[in-house]
Amino acid sequence: MIAELGLAALWLSAALAVLQMVSGALGLKIGDQRLAAFAAYARPAAVVQAFLAVLSFGMLLWAFAITDLSIKLVATNSHSMKPFIYKLTGTWGNHEGSMLLWVAVLALSGGLLAGLERRLKERTMNATLAVQGFVALGFYAFLLLSSNPFERLPVPAFEGSGLNPLLQDIGLAIHPPTLYIGYVGLSVAFSLAMGALITKQVTPDFAKVMRPWVLFAWVFLTLGITAGSYWAYYELGWGGWWFWDPVENASLMPWLAATALLHSVSVLAARDALRTWTIMLGVLAFSMSMLGTFLVRSGVLTSVHAFAVDPERGTFILVLLGLYIGGSLAIFAVRAGSIAEGKRFSATSREGALVFNNVMLSAILAIVLLGTLYPLLTEAFDVRVSVGPPYFNPAGAIFAIPMFIVMAIGPLLRWKSDKPVRIKLELIILALIVVGAIVLIAVLGDYPVLPVLGLALAAALGVAAFLPLRGRKISRTPLATWGMITAHFGVAVSLFGMATESAFTQERLAAVAPGSTEELAGWTVTLDGVDPVAGPNWTAIEARLSASRGGEEATLLNPQARNFWAPSQATSESALITRWDGQLYAVIGDTAGLDADGNQRWQLRIWWKPFVTFIWYGGLLISLGGILAIIGRVRVDLRRRKAVQLGNERRADKALLDQAATPPRAEPEPV
Amino acid sequence: MALVVFALIAIVAAGLLAAWTLRNQANYFYLPEQMTASPPAVGQAVRLGGMVQPGSIATLPDGVTVNFTVTGNTESTVPVRYSGILPDLFVEGSGVVAEGSLGPDGVFLATNLLAKHDENYVPRELEGLEGHQAADYAADTTVGIE
Repeated sequence: MIAELGLAALWLSAALAVLQMVSGALGLKIGDQRLAAFAAYARPAAVVQAFLAVLSFGMLLWAFAITDLSIKLVATNSHSMKPFIYKLTGTWGNHEGSMLLWVAVLALSGGLLAGLERRLKERTMNATLAVQGFVALGFYAFLLLSSNPFERLPVPAFEGSGLNPLLQDIGLAIHPPTLYIGYVGLSVAFSLAMGALITKQVTPDFAKVMRPWVLFAWVFLTLGITAGSYWAYYELGWGGWWFWDPVENASLMPWLAATALLHSVSVLAARDALRTWTIMLGVLAFSMSMLGTFLVRSGVLTSVHAFAVDPERGTFILVLLGLYIGGSLAIFAVRAGSIAEGKRFSATSREGALVFNNVMLSAILAIVLLGTLYPLLTEAFDVRVSVGPPYFNPAGAIFAIPMFIVMAIGPLLRWKSDKPVRIKLELIILALIVVGAIVLIAVLGDYPVLPVLGLALAAALGVAAFLPLRGRKISRTPLATWGMITAHFGVAVSLFGMATESAFTQERLAAVAPGSTEELAGWTVTLDGVDPVAGPNWTAIEARLSASRGGEEATLLNPQARNFWAPSQATSESALITRWDGQLYAVIGDTAGLDADGNQRWQLRIWWKPFVTFIWYGGLLISLGGILAIIGRVRVDLRRRKAVQLGNERRADKALLDQAATPPRAEPEPV
Repeated sequence: MALVVFALIAIVAAGLLAAWTLRNQANYFYLPEQMTASPPAVGQAVRLGGMVQPGSIATLPDGVTVNFTVTGNTESTVPVRYSGILPDLFVEGSGVVAEGSLGPDGVFLATNLLAKHDENYVPRELEGLEGHQAADYAADTTVGIE
């Protein structure tokens, strides 16, 4: 019953998406009253659809929770002996389930938009809902026609085949849902942009409606990427936090586009400039999240993280991708000419700085995109290449460095036009910090160029983030400004973590017999012993390490090399000690022969990664900044709405009073 | 208008830069026979893919450095040295992709090994090789039985 209910709900949602699309589109006809009346159905259709799609996902969740082995998806991806939490998270640890989550989030955000948003002009809203319905319909078709999550097995399976052990981790509970909410939140920004474009309403009011959605999607993307990076860092046991892997790039590209969009939509809201540019970025951001879905889901690129891949479905997504991107670009081409140019501004103004960084972000996006797709391109000519850090790091840095410099200065400039001389003092301070930091590190030792530049820029950015507060009353600074400060400071913190991690990480790899000791970066690590251990669906060898630094009490570390038996696979579980100034990261490997005394040796790999945690703290700060900005904007908006309402009531009251006080005057008497 | 020109210039610059760096920095993939026929420059980052020759894995006395030989579709072989924890499914007679560079002595110094990381995953570069390998393996193991 569960599966049938879920499937029925999904079909009904698809039907409602059609209704939403058609009635939204009919709402655009002004001339015909009867047709325009249909528009009334668009909003309820979106709301009910959201309810049904979420219900459908809930049904799948339920099937996984009780391990209903008569459903094919459950049988192929779950196992009755799996810990309960991983049974639940396993719902989206596979292709069909994750696409259903995608669609459920899409419908939910469409429903929220339809249910809550009252500021937009009704026509623009209709167009927006029509586009949203169209986007959703494509994905319903994809799910229902090519990847039905509720397919039954003719004979229920006796036992499930289990979930990839790398995915049996709490990271799976957090990473995909946050990332999907981010991806899909951008679809609302896309629909709004298309709606505004179709009805020629690219105005600051429209930007104010769009801004919270962009912020919302962007906060979740940031959180998703941060969580994913930390997950890969401790789960894969390689000690790296970013691999420039296609799947990682797939999440970075929408983030870059969304970051650019976020800033340009703010310019549009505040200054009525950058109209077409904002629309273009709205299209770009959603295209990138579609492309990301395509890259991850189609299996055209192999990757260390792509778990649920299927080449045939790739074609379907590619068609959808072409349809949406092509369609939106076509509308853009037709309509862009009719959007009047926004307000003018000079190059040295806050808008100028924002535009510069928008372009830099787009350039980095282009670098990442080309690097990600290049192996596909060369494969067509039968040359197999892989593109990695030696390409991405320097090529990205060429655009990232000017971007960070402008990011430090931009918020200090005034809108419209400004003279750099006005902020001479701040510029000198920042320049001194950068030069000072570079000189200091150069004196200390010989390090690669990029990390040194990164450190210097991080220091300058950290200070620059707080400079906009200069000359402001702290208590009267708007919350949105605090959001900007927090997010920019988060970028500095993150950059600092990345730079120190790449410049100062120390590593030790050795074959160690129990009882012997290794020294690394002031830490003393002793291997006390190695034992076999077992979990609910795995067995492992576990090392007992005691690590201490500077004469303190030893901390125990238990890295494991695990063997899962459903499916059969080996993974290594790293063990970490987190301190304020970094992390000690230990991995146990295989046996490594006997030492001189005939004791069994084990491979042991230890890293000391100074300030590596700052990378993720920075990510959290950036998200917090976004959340502060949303709260600040929404609060101001609600207050304004209330003020307007109060004003209207007062005016209405006054009109009534006036009416009551003075009897209706007759015609002015002729003189 | 100036804005559009600036944006276009920056994006085109990014594209050109990307194309140029990609030509220099893309990690080219070599099969053992390609590497013996036209070896890459010493120190250039490349990938070497093939099968781990049965019986060739030897761990050095330090316990963490491993020497082994990679074979391809022909008789040519490339010796590889790797220091580190071996991937879980790194076994003799199975596919491997080694990232690293060729040393001056003709030994390929691997900085990272990508092995099959579960039963269903084959490094993309090795997809064509697997059949050949299976045939070889079958031939090898059935010789004695007949």
